[in-house]
Amino acid sequence: MATIHIDGKSYEVKEGRNLLETCLSLGLDLPYFCWHPALGSVGACRQCAVKSFKDGQDTKGKLIMSCMEPVKDQLRISISDKEAAAFREQVIGWLMTNHPHDCAVCDEGGSCHLQDMTVMTGHSYRNYHFTKRTYKNQYLGPFLNHEMNRCIQCYRCVRFYKDFAGGKDMDVFAAHNHVYFGRHQDGVLESEFSGNLAEVCPTGVFTDKTLQHHYTRKWDMTYAPSVCQGCGLGCNIIAGERYGSLRQITTRYNGAVNGYFLCDRGRYGYEFVNSPRRIKEVAIRGLTDTAIDTNTALQYLQDKCKPGRTIGIGSPRASLESNFVLQQLVGPDHFYLGVSDTEHDLVSLALKILRQGPVRTPSMQEAAAADAVLILGEDLLNTAPMLALSVRQAVRRQPAQEAMHTAHVLSWQDAAVREAMQDKHGPCFILHVQPTKLDEIATGAYHTAPDNIARIGFAVCRLLKAPVPEVKDLTEQEQQLAQQIADALMAAERPLVIAGYGSGCEGVLRAAANIGRALHDSGKPAMLALTTPECNSMGLEMLGGHRLESAIDAVVNGEADTVIVLENDLYRRLDKPVADRFLKHCRELVLLDHLYNATAEMATVLLPGGTFAESDGTLVNNEGRAQRFFQVFTPPGAIQESWRWLLMLAAATGNERLKHMAYLDDITRAIAQRLPAFAGIERLTPPADFRIAGQKIPREPHRYSGRTAMLADVNVSEPKPPEDEDTALSFTMEGYRGEPPSSMIPFFWWPGWNSVQSINKFQVETGGPLHDGDPGKRLIEPGSNGQHGYFMDAPEHFVPLAGHLLLIPLYHIFGSDELSVHTPAVAERMPAPYIMLCPEDAQRYQVAENHQLQIAIDGHPYTLTVKLNPAMQKGIAGVPAGMPGIGISETPVIAKI
Amino acid sequence: MEAPLTSAIQPGVSLDIKGYEAAGGYQALRKVLQQMTPQEVTALVKESNLRGRGGAGFSTGMKWSFVPMDMEGPKYLVANADEMEPGTFKDRWLLEGNPHQLIEGMIISAYAIQAGISFVFLRWAYKEAAREIRRAISEAYAAGYLGRNILGSGFDLEMHLHTGVGRYMCGEETALLNSLEGRRAVPRAKPPFPQISGLFGRPTIVNNVETLSYIPHIVSKGVAWFQGLSRTGDGGTKIYGVSGRVNKPGAWELPMGVTMRELLEEYAGGMQHGYRFRGALPGGASTDFLTDAHLDTPMDFTAVAAAGSRLGTGTMVVLDDHTCPVGFVHNLEHFFAQESCGFCTPCREGLPWTEKILYALEQGQGTAADLEQLDLHTRLLGPGNTFCALAPGAMEPLQSALKYFREDFEQHVHEKRCPYGNHTY
Amino acid sequence: MLTQTEITKIEHEVQQVPVRKAAVIEALKIVQEQRRWVSDENVEDIAALLGMSADEVDSVATFYNLIFRQPVGRHVILLCDSISCWVMGYEDIRHTLLELLAIKKYGQTTADGRFTLLPNPCLGTCDHAPALMIDNDLYRDLKVEMLQGILNKYE
Ligand SMILES: Cc1cc2nc3c(=O)[nH]c(=O)nc-3n(C[C@H](O)[C@H](O)[C@H](O)COP(=O)(O)O)c2cc1C
Ligand code: SF4
Ligand code: FES
Repeated sequence: MATIHIDGKSYEVKEGRNLLETCLSLGLDLPYFCWHPALGSVGACRQCAVKSFKDGQDTKGKLIMSCMEPVKDQLRISISDKEAAAFREQVIGWLMTNHPHDCAVCDEGGSCHLQDMTVMTGHSYRNYHFTKRTYKNQYLGPFLNHEMNRCIQCYRCVRFYKDFAGGKDMDVFAAHNHVYFGRHQDGVLESEFSGNLAEVCPTGVFTDKTLQHHYTRKWDMTYAPSVCQGCGLGCNIIAGERYGSLRQITTRYNGAVNGYFLCDRGRYGYEFVNSPRRIKEVAIRGLTDTAIDTNTALQYLQDKCKPGRTIGIGSPRASLESNFVLQQLVGPDHFYLGVSDTEHDLVSLALKILRQGPVRTPSMQEAAAADAVLILGEDLLNTAPMLALSVRQAVRRQPAQEAMHTAHVLSWQDAAVREAMQDKHGPCFILHVQPTKLDEIATGAYHTAPDNIARIGFAVCRLLKAPVPEVKDLTEQEQQLAQQIADALMAAERPLVIAGYGSGCEGVLRAAANIGRALHDSGKPAMLALTTPECNSMGLEMLGGHRLESAIDAVVNGEADTVIVLENDLYRRLDKPVADRFLKHCRELVLLDHLYNATAEMATVLLPGGTFAESDGTLVNNEGRAQRFFQVFTPPGAIQESWRWLLMLAAATGNERLKHMAYLDDITRAIAQRLPAFAGIERLTPPADFRIAGQKIPREPHRYSGRTAMLADVNVSEPKPPEDEDTALSFTMEGYRGEPPSSMIPFFWWPGWNSVQSINKFQVETGGPLHDGDPGKRLIEPGSNGQHGYFMDAPEHFVPLAGHLLLIPLYHIFGSDELSVHTPAVAERMPAPYIMLCPEDAQRYQVAENHQLQIAIDGHPYTLTVKLNPAMQKGIAGVPAGMPGIGISETPVIAKI
Repeated sequence: MEAPLTSAIQPGVSLDIKGYEAAGGYQALRKVLQQMTPQEVTALVKESNLRGRGGAGFSTGMKWSFVPMDMEGPKYLVANADEMEPGTFKDRWLLEGNPHQLIEGMIISAYAIQAGISFVFLRWAYKEAAREIRRAISEAYAAGYLGRNILGSGFDLEMHLHTGVGRYMCGEETALLNSLEGRRAVPRAKPPFPQISGLFGRPTIVNNVETLSYIPHIVSKGVAWFQGLSRTGDGGTKIYGVSGRVNKPGAWELPMGVTMRELLEEYAGGMQHGYRFRGALPGGASTDFLTDAHLDTPMDFTAVAAAGSRLGTGTMVVLDDHTCPVGFVHNLEHFFAQESCGFCTPCREGLPWTEKILYALEQGQGTAADLEQLDLHTRLLGPGNTFCALAPGAMEPLQSALKYFREDFEQHVHEKRCPYGNHTY
Repeated sequence: MLTQTEITKIEHEVQQVPVRKAAVIEALKIVQEQRRWVSDENVEDIAALLGMSADEVDSVATFYNLIFRQPVGRHVILLCDSISCWVMGYEDIRHTLLELLAIKKYGQTTADGRFTLLPNPCLGTCDHAPALMIDNDLYRDLKVEMLQGILNKYE
């Protein structure tokens, strides 16, 4: 700790951080541009100048850039010093010489860091009266607008895009006051994290293109704290609505989970909420097409949902609450997991490993602090994108530490650290069936069949002195690789092993678990991250249920008449022929879901279930972290939370298990009471009756405008705003104006800080946890005594089967997820369906690039367009996972050619 | 009068290795390799108080002593031959006339810091120098002065010539290193200093051509001799130059501390007929004007600073009474604005602003408020406020012009025209 | 496509530096030497050869004023516009050059593709101002009357 003096007041602060972040952490206002808590300091903008004094006697002092100044004991500075203030004001003056002053038509207006800093410095009069330089803008793809004239040359975009996220196709061009930030040529920005530019850029150069077609100012949106539905990582998001449509997703800072960033699937995949394919009303097959009201539906269902003859199929993308209520409604014996059996096997194995094994699974921020990484069978950028961003930070760890030591610099001195470490990467090994984009940072990348990956993993484990059998017949290259991996992991201080659903192979998970355990047993604080496919895969698995296959049996064998399907398209869980057979056998097929999908086509009853934006609920991510998401707005039509539909149905059928339950808190309390694994989830967020100073927390900023007029075309008298009986959030602008509990922050705003940079006001220290702790609760901690030992059986060496190909899933950030592809911008980035082979196999089956290849699974034919990839293993073919128009859902699977 | 740096140079001839050796060349290197430890070389240079000739005048020996000698891995030495400061043409003389002197200085310096690789960073326009240096380097390799096991000493040194592709910023030592790494020539923050983390993140010394060329002489003839060359406390001779409306513009190697008046009147032959001296930038474009009142100032680091300017590169640009001081600084600010790398705000945006104001003044469109803006800029673009020394350097001629030639600026405002006649741009 | 000569020369430069990328400026110079300017395609080819992205290469290429990212004439005239030359009559030289070349401003190429005129900061020959360079040739102590003769030397 150090004592520093700011404007005559003394503070106790941490030594070695920079003065700017220290001031911000102390709650002081100090303007800045080029600094970013996640990106460190470079000292380019000169906005953060303060006066520094040698000692108590020094009255003259000199200007220093606070972001470049390490905090030392007895540092004496002034923020309010006249000269410093005048300089900061002039920095804005300079930046504005070429800025177009077009706030009124700029998408950033109202949430603009440049506006905030301009006001903060008091710059209000323009002295510059010469012409401004102008730029041409670029087409950057469907996600981002580009308006270069607004650029203030803070270099944050390139530092995020290139240095932090590893992007290649963006840079700074030209020199002096013509510097230009963009691409070498017009074109789609390739990075999976490009959308963060909209938040990283302090002004309106990069703005969200999907927001543009339903543009709304920050102050005019209704917001809720939410959790991303895109994959199993559970990044925290803020969802914004106006006029009944969801308009924007931005990052909700969570110091443990996603930090300041999101991936593009998470940011842009929201538009399914506004899709024309939404199920908005109740529909019952055979009844006339006039709208059917809720009561008719419930009456109809009352008869059909006979206890014992009704089964429920849950969903990995539905909340814990909805799944639980369905489980209780039909009875745990009649509740089935709505995932393919392969997926269930993988996730349940992952759960078992994390629960029983001794190795801790890290949060994403912990993963970023690893100093050696082994990735087994996972194409992270496509299966768990933000974890890939963590890996990118982790591989910097070792060389950065070394650089900091030799060059005597601190971690936040970004340019100096990068210079001293050059292009060095820490140890990172990636084993996957085919090359991944992350391979470029790998010390070693190796491509082979999933079973073989598992075998190498077992070999690594044995080299780490674990009592597992030797793996025979590894090639020399594989042996060397195993040795290299084992050495690197042992030499590391915090090694991280990553595996997951992406390999489709349990052996790979077992190998990863073994390695983690072996490292743990040799005294390392090892970490094991296992990816899960969907936003609540882990929660569903923890809740428990029968395999989907047995649901088919129950129906086909006539043991059940009515099937209630929760937020699920069974055609994505089962191959089409199987799904067809199953669904045709259902007497009554009740579907609660958002979009009219293939299952909906077969359903006899459709109940419109609310999306994440229209519901409250809880999700459990791959780390076992339970997180609450809140409804943003009350949807049109009969849409309501699936759990609410199911509670109504329970009431209608006189269900005992769900008696007296009506609100969210009732359910979370029941879950926590009845299922010990979920203890504590009722306290994830304060309950519905929580008030601060007697008030609820408003979802709308206090400048929300047009409320009395926005529905005037319907009715001139302002309707009563909806009430939120489930949570302590209100749907209006009225309520408590101060800082909400960290789990309930609907939007980041602070007086003088309208932009996302206001986050610093909500943190214990910049880049640290939110004031009352980062939201979410970890439900899984490692088994203490490790009853579960090593897995002993490595899979057999993969041998191609003549006349057959092993089809394995290849994941795509844009395409593999069911809902996000309903955003037109995301759909634009989706590849066309294909089957990927190595040239040798292609030759064997006499096909070439772009030819059609006919394959058969269980006797059912499928035709796919051939794509060649020399890195693909012989006997293996990749098919895009989850992509519309393929019809193969259960992979890996052997296909006959 | 001794002129150790230039006495061997004959006009129009570049000294080859034979000629250089005949004039005593490479003897200092032999001495160093045979008789001195690296530490002794550094100590000697430190003792001589040789101050960097690149403009800042920092003690060369001191700079070298910051190199962590026990650090494993490569170290680098770079000769800064980027000479792009307007009004400066001193290094060209040494580069074209006696490249071996530089090379010998570089080898000795590299030995002192135990660098294994060295570069000459030469500006693009010096085509002839490039030819001569390239030739000299290969001669030195052939003679065993470069390469492995130099003169049997066990010391190895590689030397490469890098020619630039423009940009004044490349002369700033950290930007130069970025450029050598194949990057944009933007400066780096200090600390870390290049001595610790320089080229490719390794310990690196950057010195000016004139500085390095002096090293063999100091080694051969010693500290007392070096200090005896000078008329003042800053040792040695210095290459001075004069350009502008004088009778004999040129460059001369003279004892450190000759006065401006001597330079102007004795060496440059006085002002051209019909022109009167109004002031001069004593050491290149980024130094403050000095005027008649300062003509007896000795041209060394200390005295020029005391007079309110900087010795800089020691090459003087003269302002005469037919040339508009506003146009003069406009030309300079145009240069600096163009050559700003675009990294930090005050420089990138502030310099074009001053340029535009000066242009407006020249066009008769300037206002009193514009003059205030200029004053403000000279205050706010001071050292420490910008990322590197380019913008503070750019403000030096402007602030001193505003001080010494204020009435000219005001005349532009009042008369709404340039009293010296129209300029075309 | 880069020629074999260019590739060989670039690979030679790569040998001089510890990382391939560090040879990018040399590579740009080599290509420009052969082709007078560096096209988008050249940028991409250099990037591929050095294991960089085109954006990275272009970021460097566009920073330096003597890497030409647009076609230039057969000969490039670099006229020194810095202080000593300015004092010594640069403006007349510039004016005359524009007239002789029949172009309007800096950056333009003559109709016959013979010359491109560019301004250049200090050529380091201030004692012989004003000065200009055409290709590798330096002309000093310029007088307006000399210009036509100088231009005539170039095809
Ligand atoms: C904008 C700028 C341009 C510079 N240009 C040169 C130059 O062309 N040649 C040079 O030797 N030093 C130049 N310098 C000074 C160098 O940064 C550095 O101080 C010098 O090369 C050190 O050498 P010395 O210690 O031998 O003087 C420049 C500095 C700045 C800020
Ligand atoms: S585009 Fe935005 S982030 Fe990039 S330099 Fe300009 S203002 Fe900064
Ligand atoms: S924030 Fe400190 S210089 Fe930009």
